[in-house]
Amino acid sequence: MTATVIDAQAERSQQEIRRLRQRTLLWLRYVILVVLALLFLFPIAWSFINSLKLPAEALAVPPTYLPSEISLKNYDELTTYGKIGIAQHVYNSTVVALITVAGSVILSTLGGYGFARFDFPAKNVLFIMVLSTLMIPFQSILIPLFVMIVQVDLHDTLFGLALVYITFQLPFGIFLMRNSFLAVPHEIEESALLDGCSSLSILYRLMLRLVLPGIVTVAIYAFINSWNEFLAALIFMSDQDKFTLPVFLTTIRYGIWGDVNWGALQAGVIVSIVPSLAIFLALQRYYMDGLMGGAVKN
Amino acid sequence: MNLTWTQRRKLTGLLFVTPTVAFVTVFFIIPLIMTIFMSFHDWPLFGERAFTGLENYQELGKDRQYRKSLDFTFRYTALVTPPIFILGFILASLVRHNIRYIGVFRTIFFLPVVIGLGVSSLLWTWMLDDRIGVFNKILLDLNLVPKAQLFLGRPNTAMNVIILSVVWKTVGFTMILLLAGLQAIPDELYESAEVDGAGYFRKLIYITLPLMRRFIALALILSVIGSVLSFDQFYIMTRGGPRNSTISIVFWIFNNSFTYFKMGYGAAMSIVLLGILVALTGLQLYVLREKE
Repeated sequence: MTATVIDAQAERSQQEIRRLRQRTLLWLRYVILVVLALLFLFPIAWSFINSLKLPAEALAVPPTYLPSEISLKNYDELTTYGKIGIAQHVYNSTVVALITVAGSVILSTLGGYGFARFDFPAKNVLFIMVLSTLMIPFQSILIPLFVMIVQVDLHDTLFGLALVYITFQLPFGIFLMRNSFLAVPHEIEESALLDGCSSLSILYRLMLRLVLPGIVTVAIYAFINSWNEFLAALIFMSDQDKFTLPVFLTTIRYGIWGDVNWGALQAGVIVSIVPSLAIFLALQRYYMDGLMGGAVKN
Repeated sequence: MNLTWTQRRKLTGLLFVTPTVAFVTVFFIIPLIMTIFMSFHDWPLFGERAFTGLENYQELGKDRQYRKSLDFTFRYTALVTPPIFILGFILASLVRHNIRYIGVFRTIFFLPVVIGLGVSSLLWTWMLDDRIGVFNKILLDLNLVPKAQLFLGRPNTAMNVIILSVVWKTVGFTMILLLAGLQAIPDELYESAEVDGAGYFRKLIYITLPLMRRFIALALILSVIGSVLSFDQFYIMTRGGPRNSTISIVFWIFNNSFTYFKMGYGAAMSIVLLGILVALTGLQLYVLREKE
């Protein structure tokens, strides 16, 4: 009898040891996660803190860790910075992004619907042609694109840059929208088709709601990618009034408006980071769907 | 005109895809053909262009900066890929299980991915500055360096700090891909391995790595393609310096085409770049097609 009591006790203490070990490991995991998270957040936080320093303090050598006074003067200075101030560049970036979003969504939805639901001559050839452009990096066709855009006088226009961005978004958008339409059961359209509704009105009245998640995903990618893009924006815009935000910020960095204004630069970095971060945080699920759909399944 | 129902459907389908196909033709297929065409020409922005045959390609052999840029791009790719991959794997393992608040950590590690590479490069240039940069401030305050370091001013340190900034910016993407791979492995496999007394490394080598082979391949290839095409970080952080040591291949194409306006020569280099990338993508498709 004593033996079984001791056995039971030993087992209980062993269980406790195991539980303790698991708890410690869990805590250790959290400690590592928190340290890493702080390191990852540091550059963004540091930029934000510095954008709130007084302009003179933002130029201090060596730098101070925390602002002695919170101020929005750096943001204020940006409004008159360079030739025209940051508002024009925010406007440029926004217009390009919105045209890109509208164009990508409309073309991808129409094209995705066509490829998913209709049979027509050369369908597979055309679909492979659209998808094969995923293999061609835009960096390798920028030279002829530039020549073409100059020829039709669309260089230095926001519309011309947006056209180029729409093209970059299309293969991914078509792929994603085609899959979204394929996931909708056929029966839903059939009764409408029998009632004699036109294809366009079926798409508009019936299907759009069902493929909305796909549309949101295409829109987010179109926005974030065009908002952030640097190389094409640098090449297609030579007029400083037409610079998008990232290109404008680079001109601050290289002091083409005089001494490098580091405080204003950090304010500009924050201005350009906030929209993509906000959209990502608000619609994270759709963004991740796109990442998985676009990267893993193709 | 009387069309049967099937004919009408065919026509409608064709109409739906026409805008997309037109866009892709005008902005992808034609430029692609033009790149090949231009690469056989002397093609300045203004003035006469002339057919020169293979001259641009022959010039590639004599262009020392082109060789240096290819060399630099591959060296950069070889150096930046392992840290992205290893840290990505560590992060994916850390956020794998659904413990409390884990979503917050996943989001934080992924945040830099949605920031533009151009803007993140500006942010890091400033943090790495010798006079007003925070890294030098911290290192000096901790007495780890005797005097402020010109991180971006020397070839070796420039490479290292650019890699650091790119790892921060892109590792979240690799983490998510590897996380998907990890989560596709059934827990029972680990449980039965534990019953057999397998430790962490045995489980890693015999279960984890083989079963997520396709995700690993995908993460590696996407990361390699991104690195071969890199431009923003070098254009912004070092402007190709010091002593032209950080001019990537896209950067050299950019300089020739849009600074010197030798567009035919730039096109010839683009064709080489395209060849490299088609080979890499072909490899990607091959690896991913393989069925279990």
